Amino acid sequence: MTALRLGRTYSFLQNIQLVAGGLILLVAAHWLAPTAAPLLAVWLIAWLFNAWLAGFDTRATRAIVPIIFGGTIIALWEMAVRAYAVPTVILPAPSQIAASFAANTGILWTDFVQTILKGAVTGWLMGAAAAVLTAIAIDRSPFLQRGLLPIGNFVAALPIVGIAPILVMWFGFDWHSKAAVVVVMVFFPILVNMVAGLRATDAMQRDLMASWAAPYGAALWKLRLPAAMPFLFNGLKITTTLALIGAIVAEFFGSPTRGMGFRISTAVGRLDLPLVWAEIVVAALAGTLFYGLVALIEKKVTFWHPSQRN
Amino acid sequence: MRSAKGCATVTAMTKGRLVPVLTVLMVIVAVWYLAAIRMNAQWERDQAARAEVTLTLPDLVARTLVQERPVLPAPHQVAVGLWEGLAGQAITSRRSLVWHAWVTLSATLAGFAIGTGAGILLAVGIVHSRSMDQSVMPWAVASQTVPILAIAPMVIVVLSSMGITGLLPKAIIAAWLSFFPVLVGMVKGLRTPDAMQLDQMRSWSASDAQVFWRLRLPSSLPYLFASLKVAIAAALVGTIVGELPAGATAGLGARLLSGSYYGQTVQIWSALFVAALLAAGLVAIVGWLERRTLDRMGLAR
Repeated sequence: MTALRLGRTYSFLQNIQLVAGGLILLVAAHWLAPTAAPLLAVWLIAWLFNAWLAGFDTRATRAIVPIIFGGTIIALWEMAVRAYAVPTVILPAPSQIAASFAANTGILWTDFVQTILKGAVTGWLMGAAAAVLTAIAIDRSPFLQRGLLPIGNFVAALPIVGIAPILVMWFGFDWHSKAAVVVVMVFFPILVNMVAGLRATDAMQRDLMASWAAPYGAALWKLRLPAAMPFLFNGLKITTTLALIGAIVAEFFGSPTRGMGFRISTAVGRLDLPLVWAEIVVAALAGTLFYGLVALIEKKVTFWHPSQRN
Repeated sequence: MRSAKGCATVTAMTKGRLVPVLTVLMVIVAVWYLAAIRMNAQWERDQAARAEVTLTLPDLVARTLVQERPVLPAPHQVAVGLWEGLAGQAITSRRSLVWHAWVTLSATLAGFAIGTGAGILLAVGIVHSRSMDQSVMPWAVASQTVPILAIAPMVIVVLSSMGITGLLPKAIIAAWLSFFPVLVGMVKGLRTPDAMQLDQMRSWSASDAQVFWRLRLPSSLPYLFASLKVAIAAALVGTIVGELPAGATAGLGARLLSGSYYGQTVQIWSALFVAALLAAGLVAIVGWLERRTLDRMGLAR
């Protein structure tokens, strides 16, 4: 108890130091660099407010603090771009990006459908299905596992995006080549995780299945596949980002006149940076959404696992 | 929990895995040859039809394996391309893969150093300041789900419009990509000491600095090395993608792009294999450092 109280006092003292230092900094900044003073003031106020909020450490403040932090960054960004008149070709202000987003929703939606839905998600589903089936197929052969797993681990660390030019050459410019890149990128991480998952049952559980004279199929379906699900979802979650990266980067090697990678590279060429940033916002939202969706399904499927119970 | 299990499977696998691995590799090479014959045959048939000669099957097979610009080069063609690129040129030549690999490697290492340093520093800050933890950590975790690599070309173009070219823009992308794995892993690592160990330090009336240097930092090293392996692979991918935008003339990414423009498939595959070797080498070096360090600290699992 005393330690806790001491800790609070200590952090409060730290804040006092911070306030004093900040005030001195502000006054100095006001004389030396007048344009930077409001930026510093906003940063300081937001940071102190956050430091004060973080001291409570409840559920609500834990949700609010990062939002305030993100909002502060965006506000500082906007103020800095305006105060220093940063050219749009270097860094557009958030308001310009938002305006570009609102003006180009049609384009952004076509790009989203082309790259995310057709390229990334299709490829991810095919790659995941192939990896799961392969894992089940090699599960009965320790020889194949010993041969494939080191290679799988090795390939998972390689810069696989590099095969994009080859696959674009083979499968053409449309989304099929992007889906193919995604299939190759997500296959090995999911395979390695799924093979580890199929081994995750312990001897006692397998013995129980044997004592019920369960055939291979029943043991697989009722015991080993459910036990493998946390591992599988681990692989599926890692690969959502990989899928988006593969689909977008493959478009740099050739694409029809739509798609996020195509739009980013052509808009950069025309120095239309607000549109590029709008595409980045879409990519970020899509990535978070994709991951969140998989995490949600994981929660429903592996509700029994200790990591999901809280 | 997962790492412990992975560790057990790895030790189980090191025993007698040479034969299976070689078998699988041989199967892959065989499939590759068959695929090369199949995919290159169409072009040979067209050529033969145009010259109005009929090809026998052995002739057809022989020709598919020595094409100038095959759809899929046969393994020996890639091996020859690789050997000529690595050993057949002066290493200062623009055709030398050693030179291109060095360009990529230097940017990768520079970016890796910057990203790792920044990640560790921020992790130390996060562990010691609750407000920093609650402000920054959710964003750092969320940023892992964002395809950051997609903005690489934009960073290159914007920086070159500001007059910054060469190694630095690529290093920035590599740093950005290696930053987040290190940050997340290091925060986890610095937090591993449990309440009992922290209480022990307090009962010795250790200062904050002593707790950090004697307890938190040593116990974070296994986590740091695990994320360093991820980070260096990510840094390499970042550098290669950073070399893709038009205008880049040096580096493995530029070799990939020019190969895809001119249909030089052997060049693409050689560059790809050099990139793979580079990645494997870098990860192996970090793994070796990890084993050495953890052995000496008595933390080896």
